[in-house]
Order: sequence, then C-alpha cells, then structure tokens
Amino acid sequence: MLIAIGPAVMAVDNPTERWWWGEWLGRDANRELILDATREHVVLTLAAVLVGLLMAIPAAITVVRHPRMKGLVLGVAGALYTVPSLALYALLVPYTGLSRTTALVPLVLYTLLILVRNTVTGLEQVPADVRDAADGMGLSRRQRLWKVEVPLALPSILAGIRIATVSTIGLLTIAALVGLGGLGQLILVGLNRPIRTAVSVGILLSVVLAVGSDVALAALGRRLTPWSAPRSRRSRRRGGPATGEGPVATLPDGAVTA
Amino acid sequence: MIWALVDDQQNQLVEVVGWLRDAANWRGDRGAGTRLVEHVQISAVAVLASILVAVPPAVWLGHKRRFGLVAINISNVGRALPSFAILVLGTQLLGLLEKPIIGSVSVFVALVALAVPPIVTNTYVGMAEVPDDVRDAARGMGLSESQMVRQVELPLALPLIMAGIRTSAVQVVATATIAAQLGFGGLGRFIIDGYATRSSGGYTDVLAGALLVAALALLTEGLLGMAQRALTPKGLRPAPRWRRGTTADDAPTDDEVSSDPTPLPVAA
Repeated sequence: MLIAIGPAVMAVDNPTERWWWGEWLGRDANRELILDATREHVVLTLAAVLVGLLMAIPAAITVVRHPRMKGLVLGVAGALYTVPSLALYALLVPYTGLSRTTALVPLVLYTLLILVRNTVTGLEQVPADVRDAADGMGLSRRQRLWKVEVPLALPSILAGIRIATVSTIGLLTIAALVGLGGLGQLILVGLNRPIRTAVSVGILLSVVLAVGSDVALAALGRRLTPWSAPRSRRSRRRGGPATGEGPVATLPDGAVTA
Repeated sequence: MIWALVDDQQNQLVEVVGWLRDAANWRGDRGAGTRLVEHVQISAVAVLASILVAVPPAVWLGHKRRFGLVAINISNVGRALPSFAILVLGTQLLGLLEKPIIGSVSVFVALVALAVPPIVTNTYVGMAEVPDDVRDAARGMGLSESQMVRQVELPLALPLIMAGIRTSAVQVVATATIAAQLGFGGLGRFIIDGYATRSSGGYTDVLAGALLVAALALLTEGLLGMAQRALTPKGLRPAPRWRRGTTADDAPTDDEVSSDPTPLPVAA
C-alpha cells in the first residue's frame, strides 16, 4: 500500500516507520500489549528453567553414579541439541496445539541438555581426595552427595542455569514464528501491521531481558560461591606452573540459539 | 489415545519418507535440492567470513595475552543476543539488500554476529593457554615471534579453535532456518511455508524440512569433529582408553570460561 503511494509520501515522516513512536507507546492498549508479552516471556522462561532443573539434577546424579550411561545420555543429548528449535516447535503444534505446553516442551528439553551436562561436569570435578575424606569422616553416601559433592559442583551447576536461562530467552523469541511465546510475538505484530516501534521495543526488551539475566545470574553465582572467584592471571602465574589445567572450551550451544 | 498418537506418527513418517523419495520434491527452483544448496551456501559463507574476521585478531591477542577478559566476555554477550532479534533488526536496517556471494546482507550480518563470539573466545583461550614452559622452550630454541605463533602456538591451539568453529557452524546451520520467516531462501522455507499451509497438507513439508536441517546440522557437527581430530597434533590426542588414568589433565581451569563444559566428543 505504502509503495503504491510512492516514495515522495514515504519521505514525509510516517509515524509507523519511526523506531520510537512515543504516542503509540503512550496508549494504554499498546502498553498492555508490551507488558503482557514481557510477562509471558518471563513466566515461560522461569517455568522452563525450573522444570528443567527439577529433572536434570536427579538425572545427572544417576549418570554420575552409573558412568556407563554417560556416553549414551550425553550422546543423545548432543544429537538432539543440533535440531533447530523452529523445527521442534513446528513439529509439536499438531499434537499439543497452540498452548503453553508447546512452548515449554522444546525449552525444557534444551535446558535439560545444558543442565545435565553442567551438573555432571561439576560432580565429576570433585577431587577424589575430597570424596575419600568425606567417606573417612563417616558420611553416608547421601550425606556425601548433598553436603560435599553438590556444594562443590555448585559453580558449574549455576553456570548451567545461567546458560540455560539466557538460551531460553532467545529461543522463546523464535516460538513466535509458530504463534507462541512473548516478546517474539510483539516483534511479529510490529512487522505485520507494520509498526516499527513495536519491533524495536520487542528487540530491545528481549536483549535487555537476556543480557540482564545473564549479568544478574553471574552476580548471584559469585555471591553463592565466593570460593570460585577467578584468580587474576598474575596470581596464578606466581602460584607456579599451571598444572592440572586442561583445555577449556565453550559450550557447543548448537541449536539453542536457533 | 497414546496409540492413536503413535499410529499418527507412523503415518507421518511414511509420508515424509515418501516426500523425500519423490524426485519431484527435489527438482526446480523451489525444490529441496536448490534449498539445500542455498542453506549450505548461506551457512558456509557466513562461517568462512567469521573465521577470517575472528581468528587473526584473536590469535594475536592470545599470543600477546592481552584483553583476555574482553575476549572471553564477547562470548557471553554473543550468547545473550537473541538471534531472531538480530535478524529482524538487520532486515529493518538494511532492507532486502542482496549482494553476490553473500546473498541477503541482513541474514549474513546476523549469522556472522552469531558465529564470531565462540570463535574469538576459543581461539583466544587456545592461544593463551599454551603453557609458559613451551613458549620459553620455543624462545630458547631461537624461534622468532611469528615462528613461535605459526610453529608452536597455533598447532597447540588448533583443537580449541576448531571446537569454536564447530560450535559456530552448527549454530549457523540451525539459525539459517529462521531467515525464511523474513522471506529468504534455505531449508527454512519448507518449515515456514509448510507450517502456513498445514491445514491443507503442508505439514509433510514441515517434517521433511525439519529432518533435512537436523541432518545437515548433524553432518556439519560430524565432519568438523573429524576435521578437528585430524588437525589435532599427535601428542595432544587423547590416549587410548587402556592407558588413560584419572590424571589431573581432565581438571578444568577456574577461569570464567571453565564454567562452560568442554564440547562433547561426537563419537560419544
């Protein structure tokens, strides 16, 4: 329609083309729309991470106790990880409809993979001496797990929660393409109407939400596990050769971002 | 009810296999063949460009061991940016601009933004974690700085660099799917278009598209994993299982990065 009117008219300031249209943002209905989208985004993210956590910790403990299952569990997890989320959403809709369940299932699945892997890594990092010492003090297996091993694995578990939360926020914007989720829907509404302000607000809020929770969870992690604060490189060097430092790498977060 | 579901899935599976075996679906401008090539091209160009942009500076910084915190945090920021948001932003800013080789500029920019952070971080860490003794030995043997980088540090850092490239490539292949929502090509077209026409039988397209993308992502992961192992210097390859004890080598550093677990071996 706009194209038919011609570029001359387009050049005149068209409020729908503005990145920031104050008047549109001032209307109650639009505020409501933005607020609802944000709330939906936050609620779904929290739900996904909490459900994922409740399932991942027992699974990780089982895997650590039965190392034979590790290859299988983590291998399947790695393969599932490469499936694009858009595909997963599209595949689920016919079975579970346009419901929150559909939005949640892929999210929980992806958080599971991150959380299980990080929890397993954390539990495996507990030094054998420490475990021996706990046994020597007469702790039962359960006591050893909850009083020694889990606290020591906490930095890794918290890092997992952080990655899972941030990835979930990003994934939820994609759920909009099948008509689900929060801020992604706002972006799509803006693209379809078109009202560019809705697009920019949606983008801005999703980035703020993701970066904000990343920073907040990192701070929380430092507070909960003060002993794991990274030493400066200088102090590490002074401590002699960096033995025991294997390769580090980032998580292959594959499909989680898509 | 659950049996109805299973039955339903079996029927769909049969249909998808039929779809994939039907040559008519592969031919033509809108066929799976063209879309597959488009998808691979979009992804490959973005990953190659990211390597060119990210590796040289990260190698240099890692060698100098400067700005480490920045290099590591780039990866965290990159992970926090929702890729759909970047893609929409790019399209809003650049429109449907197309260039030769690159294709759609906004998709290219979004995918490069996605791919660069893991490569930068892994390259930096790989270079910076080369043990001091090794560097001292190289200097003692009279190697110049650039010789040291090329002959000593790079080979040692290569496994990690490749791990970063692998992470990025799989992400890019998966994310290139959403480009279809904004009117671009690639395998995402089947998912988006099929989903839009799902009530009139487009659903098989969705399944077939999803299957093809997943297969492509797995193939990428597998091929790059093999490349990673082939490029790993002999001395760094994991010892055969019977010789592997629980040595301190498996312990991670307590750097920020170590909060991320090491990538899974593909064969695991």
